[in-house]
Amino acid sequence: MTSTPHPDAVDPAPVDPAPADDAPPEFEELVAQTHRATTLDPTAEPVLTVENLQMYFPLRSPLVRRTVGYVQAVDGISFQVPRGGSLGLVGESGCGKSTTGQLITRLYKPTKGSMMFEGHDLATVGNRAMKPLRRDVQMIFQDPYSSLNPRHTVGTIVGTPLRTHKVVPKNKVLARVRELLEVVGLNPEHYNRYPNEFSGGQRQRIGIARALALQPKLLVADEPVSALDVSIQAQVVNLLQDLQQEFGIAYLFIAHDLAVVRHVCPEVAVMYLGKIVEIADRESLYEHAHHPYTQALLSAVPDVQQAAVGGRRERIMLTGDVPSPINPPSGCRFRTRCPIAQEICARHEPPLMQIGPRHKVACHFAGELGDHPVQPVTAPLYADGAPAGHADPVTQVSSEVGFGARWLDLGTGELRGDGGKVAGAAGH
Amino acid sequence: MTTLMPSPTFGAGADGGPLLAVENLTVQFPTADGLVQAVSDLSYTVEQGKTLGIVGESGSGKSVSSMAVLGLHDAHSARIAGSIKVAGEEIVGADERTMRRLRGNTVAMIFQDALAALHPFKRIGKQLGEAYRVHHPDATKREARRRAIQMLDRVGIPQPDSRVDDFPHQFSGGMRQRAMIAMGLVNDPALLIADEPTTALDVTVQAQILDLLQDLQREFNSGIILITHDLGVVAEVADDVLVMYGGRGVEYGPCREILVHPQMPYTWGLLSSVPDVHADPNARMIPIPGNPPSLLDPPGGCPFHPRCAHVHKVPGDLCRTALPDLAPGPRGGGHLKRCHLVDPEQIYQAEVLPEIAPDLSEPGGEQ
Repeated sequence: MTSTPHPDAVDPAPVDPAPADDAPPEFEELVAQTHRATTLDPTAEPVLTVENLQMYFPLRSPLVRRTVGYVQAVDGISFQVPRGGSLGLVGESGCGKSTTGQLITRLYKPTKGSMMFEGHDLATVGNRAMKPLRRDVQMIFQDPYSSLNPRHTVGTIVGTPLRTHKVVPKNKVLARVRELLEVVGLNPEHYNRYPNEFSGGQRQRIGIARALALQPKLLVADEPVSALDVSIQAQVVNLLQDLQQEFGIAYLFIAHDLAVVRHVCPEVAVMYLGKIVEIADRESLYEHAHHPYTQALLSAVPDVQQAAVGGRRERIMLTGDVPSPINPPSGCRFRTRCPIAQEICARHEPPLMQIGPRHKVACHFAGELGDHPVQPVTAPLYADGAPAGHADPVTQVSSEVGFGARWLDLGTGELRGDGGKVAGAAGH
Repeated sequence: MTTLMPSPTFGAGADGGPLLAVENLTVQFPTADGLVQAVSDLSYTVEQGKTLGIVGESGSGKSVSSMAVLGLHDAHSARIAGSIKVAGEEIVGADERTMRRLRGNTVAMIFQDALAALHPFKRIGKQLGEAYRVHHPDATKREARRRAIQMLDRVGIPQPDSRVDDFPHQFSGGMRQRAMIAMGLVNDPALLIADEPTTALDVTVQAQILDLLQDLQREFNSGIILITHDLGVVAEVADDVLVMYGGRGVEYGPCREILVHPQMPYTWGLLSSVPDVHADPNARMIPIPGNPPSLLDPPGGCPFHPRCAHVHKVPGDLCRTALPDLAPGPRGGGHLKRCHLVDPEQIYQAEVLPEIAPDLSEPGGEQ
């Protein structure tokens, strides 16, 4: 009669906690095992460069066997994941962030665009050529209950990638499995147990061990902690940070929890309805968000310290729901819910332009909260007698995939670079 | 063991006691593997117009205890002891007729998964109307429908007079949750139990739903129990907080007190394992080691001792052998804690806070 599960009644007897002696660690030891927020290495080369990636799922009519439309799940996104670093991908459900992860692991073949990884374009390679590349690109799934086969032992689950890719001789698989279990903090003697004998956090560790088996260079983590209890989330986040430091794995960290993403990822991209609306380093995005959607998302996150210390912040309420990706709004896709939308937003789609050394935003009225400009910053693009070719400053800062050396100074409307104002690029 | 606990909320309750008073509630489920002690000796109160946040991990007994308030446990498979009084009326041991009268009328519940809680084959308006007519037998179908439209309008569903004829699958996740809230409020209940009402929702929708709940509370002056695992949600809406672990209340008091001056290592663990979006990036995420306890065979002494990083600071074997009382802490003010630590405030300020919120712990930076 009730819909809530009865966790207490079905609680399995937990597998004995990892350390042999039963005394919990002292607080200082516990702290020493944790990490501060991951820091940015601005000089890191990209391990993955995604350019103009697009995924349209065809919609077929049940009556006439014909494509009647497309779900525009991912529509022309570009970003880079630095080698050994992490990029966060956040957004509401249905914004295309999980599809992006599935495209990079080639669970789907994209309809357009390129994904350059180690000199190969993951978007176009055939299945046979993809197989060796799959060793380098692995995935961690959200739900540790449905992503492990309940009829396979942990040894089989973690050993399968080793056998499939023949990375170790058959008689060494078990030894390697035990090594992997130890790396993720599980008891190596538990290789012959079944997933149901483990708690949620331990199952997620099994999933991580499976992803690590092939020593990937890039790990797509699709909501790796959101299905876990709060006290366990921190365990898994710290484990992921450990592994990154030890093995130099790059993460594409997909999550809707902005606070966890902030901790794990020095760079974050915000998606809305299949587009990246803002991408920046941690400081720029969380402290100086320029897109009204990012600002609304940040203001909606409940905040323990703020509420505890001084009441609650003013929220920017987004009205209504995310529009359908089958028939997205014209121009800027966020305009139907945007508090500052104007006529231009319906006519032109704003380009993703660079406005700081590591900050890009796609908004005609990009500005900090409460300080959005009155005139669209993209005006030079649409001005009468618009400069032929690509001479205007907006186009110049919105063509590169990663972060370029020059950006548009929103205060002055001029191009800037590390050395200050860039000469000879005056647009107007 | 059965000392009567003082209520942390003062001032209210002058007109005949609190809206809900739970005293020494114990819920046990006999199973093939033994007795599951889902809730042990739990006491709390909810005043009219106030919100109590119940926080804890899965398996801490927070849902089980509030389902007992609605009398939703099967008498054959659950053993319930203690007392639950809703507006002075005893629930434990009450017959099904009494429960039917109270359920949905005086006490209502909002479930976590609205898609599973709504009937997939019945129109939203029909389901709302049914909930209304059960407690208003004289109402006609037309009145029930009018009431359904009025409630949908109140919870912010656009075009309620046409959406009232929609099926649940035609609503989005946020709208379904709104419809659930409308159904919970259709009979103006005095007490509303919201079991993880926003867990499956996006942050933007969660913010809308929390605001809606607060608006409605102001309007109807109802008491709310908000069950959640998210301390952020609690921080925004709760007046009082009850932290549960292993089926017991381990810390109980006014919301601000609990969040600013937590005195139980489990609460510290909860606070330190979730990062804050606006916190210092140097803050650490410090997990609670181990896993939640099995309720079939709960650990002796303090239920949290196998995972507690501060056991070493308590002399002797006290944590392993003796269950601490849920007793007022040194700060008073109705702040109760179940812990043997002598000076938890000092440990929290000196050791824990500098790691989880370096910006708040500087001298004078706090408060």
